[in-house]
Amino acid sequence: MTRWIEANSWTLGLAVLLAALLLMTKLIQPDFGASGLESLARAALPFALATVGMAIVVIAGGIDLSIAAMMAVASVTGAVLMDGATDAQSIPIVIGVLLLGLAMGAINGTLIVVTRVPDIVVTLAMLFVWQGVALLILNAPGGGIAPWLRGLITGSFGPDWLPRAIVFLAVVTAVIWLPIRRSKLGLRLYAIGSDPLAAFRSGVPVGQTRIVAYALCGLFAALGGLSVSMGTGIGEPIPGPYLLASVAAVVLGGVVLGGGRGGLLGPILAVLILRTVRMDLTLLSVDPNVAAIIEGSIMVAVVMFGAVLATRGRHA
Amino acid sequence: MPDVPSDAVLDATGVAKRFGAVQALKNASLQVKAGQVVALMGANGAGKSTFVKILTGVLKPDSGHVKIKGRDSTVANPAGARRWGLVPVYQEPSLIPDLSVLDNLRLGDTPVDPFRHWVSELGLPDIDPEALIRSLPLASLRIVDLARALAIEPDVLLLDELTAALPTDLVDRVLKTVRAQADAGRSVIYVSHRFNEIAAICDRATVLRDGLTVGDVAIEPGIEERIVEMMLGGAVAAAVSEDRPAKTVPTTTPRLRVKGLKTGTRLTDVSFDLHKGEVLGVVALEGQGQDELFDVLAGNRKASAGTVEVDGTPKTFHHPADAIAAGLTLVPGDRAHALLMSRSVRENIAVPLLARIKNWGAIRMGEEAAKVGQAIETLQIDTRAQGEVRRLSGGNQQKVTIARWIAKGVQTLLLFDPTRGIDIRTKRQIYGLVRDLADEGAAVLFYTSELAEIRLACDRAVVIFNGRVVDVIDAKDADESTLMRAAYGLTERAPA
Repeated sequence: MTRWIEANSWTLGLAVLLAALLLMTKLIQPDFGASGLESLARAALPFALATVGMAIVVIAGGIDLSIAAMMAVASVTGAVLMDGATDAQSIPIVIGVLLLGLAMGAINGTLIVVTRVPDIVVTLAMLFVWQGVALLILNAPGGGIAPWLRGLITGSFGPDWLPRAIVFLAVVTAVIWLPIRRSKLGLRLYAIGSDPLAAFRSGVPVGQTRIVAYALCGLFAALGGLSVSMGTGIGEPIPGPYLLASVAAVVLGGVVLGGGRGGLLGPILAVLILRTVRMDLTLLSVDPNVAAIIEGSIMVAVVMFGAVLATRGRHA
Repeated sequence: MPDVPSDAVLDATGVAKRFGAVQALKNASLQVKAGQVVALMGANGAGKSTFVKILTGVLKPDSGHVKIKGRDSTVANPAGARRWGLVPVYQEPSLIPDLSVLDNLRLGDTPVDPFRHWVSELGLPDIDPEALIRSLPLASLRIVDLARALAIEPDVLLLDELTAALPTDLVDRVLKTVRAQADAGRSVIYVSHRFNEIAAICDRATVLRDGLTVGDVAIEPGIEERIVEMMLGGAVAAAVSEDRPAKTVPTTTPRLRVKGLKTGTRLTDVSFDLHKGEVLGVVALEGQGQDELFDVLAGNRKASAGTVEVDGTPKTFHHPADAIAAGLTLVPGDRAHALLMSRSVRENIAVPLLARIKNWGAIRMGEEAAKVGQAIETLQIDTRAQGEVRRLSGGNQQKVTIARWIAKGVQTLLLFDPTRGIDIRTKRQIYGLVRDLADEGAAVLFYTSELAEIRLACDRAVVIFNGRVVDVIDAKDADESTLMRAAYGLTERAPA
């Protein structure tokens, strides 16, 4: 038990921080309640899915700068195909979009492994490629989306305080990640991020595992792109601010840039924290430019504070 | 199998490998029979580590074959080598730092119960399987790595410098276990510099020199001398004698006095004096603590015990800037660490001139040009490609790293293998340069992996083995076989 707390102290700290922030929100805005929580969760969903994808790649020792552009491709592909489609037709379309996400990620990963060009360069180049692809498919926001998909993330369950968007996020992440985390593939993802040479010598197929990591990132980008459409009802060809936000949440969530350490729960909590901070600053009617400065400062402060705590812990 | 020439379990023949211009292996071979422990030996640069990488499937040979139990196992990955029955334990443990011991076992499909058996057999019964690898000390990691290999029950076990940095009690257990493996009918390849361990557990020794297998001998009392001769080859006879008048060691305060220096697990107890005007050679096999010694002297690393005195004053370096302020200047072994590769020769030489804060502001071009020009001339640096240092040859790059300290003026120069991988003509120029610096009053500490250089460039040499100074030899007596014997710990005598 002690060890579990020790191993997950960062995540627990984030959970406490999030609870404190929500409490503060209630103090700032006494009528903040179920509906406020619901819209917060719905707004945070694309950010959270992007962060999960980014976290997987970062755990495996990489980074994917093309994540927001892949989300745009998925969003417009889904919206164009689903425009006027029946519910029955929309299911294979969703599956197709998810496969498209996997494929885009796998292309990123394969290029990195085969060309040996650094990941940051390859995915920066692919950012432009996927951006172009998205605009070719749909040059202005448009298209449509099946109503049942919108229903998946709108509203709350049971006693009103459990937003559907949170349930959706938890279910898709758990269904995809938990089986991987518990299999050898999960170990391999952590292994190549932690020490690629030792992993190679331990018999891990390093190249293949890296491609899988990027493919998973693409899959979550596709889910994120769909969730953008699910929120707005249309396809968005211009990538949203998801790239930097996801890197920020990954770092704040306790995943070490460089790989090998961290999980997915921390980054998800970090996304919610960053969104709540933004909401609170808006509620306090802080100038948006000042709000951005405050958000950045909070990030640096939290990560530094965490590093200090970690160093103390080791010496104690 | 029709093409099995012998009863060898592992049979490597005619293995060759080239890296760019360097032919690392020319024709290496190795045969290991069931029930045998075979030592793989060779001096620094003989091609041992390349050969190990080929045997274990990390590298593909350009030509030649590796057969395990008669089947071609010339594969290109470690997983493949393992399928054929060869499991290596590398010098650097190949465990994933951010995974637990148990997860590391799962990663490689290692059975857990045999692993537990072997860790307790090897003297670590209380290891916590949930502990993260990065939280364990290096000695434990080696034991975990070895136990993991043993649990797989390989036909051939390859152990690369396994006992380096292990405490003595664990070494004994490890050696017993390794011998027992062979007695149970398995085969072991034992890569080591340590003759006492080889005598204790090995049946045969295969010796590499310059990328060639030059001998395969049975281990018997007195074989050490023959192995040393094989590792040296014709070099002994061909040793160039360029005797300089012997220097009398001055009795004044030494420029640099090192006493009982210790850090990490490799550097245990090193003491020596280095005087003004002297070039003191350092001779050591790989990994005997010389890297740590230079790190401490250059301020990259702190000593856990011992003292460093500069001109009679005790010094502690917390940062390389402290060492530089005390007049100690390191020329690192890896040129890439010392040079600004995409800047010009002039800028590279001028960098230390500018590194003083009082020169903040405009660069005095005239003065700089004069000093730099003088250094280039002294060193005969080929400046045709001077726009970018990366385009110079390795030898000219190395000259630039030394030239910058001539331009600045140097008191104590720490040279770490400055002539590795450069041509003979440039080497001679560097020896000359080092001598000139000493004649002008500098003190030079000169580590080299080429034994012949001691006579050519140094006044005396300290020999380090297993983290301690085992001998001090005058340049006139420093022929290669004397140095080699000392470096292998065969002639241990307490330094005066």
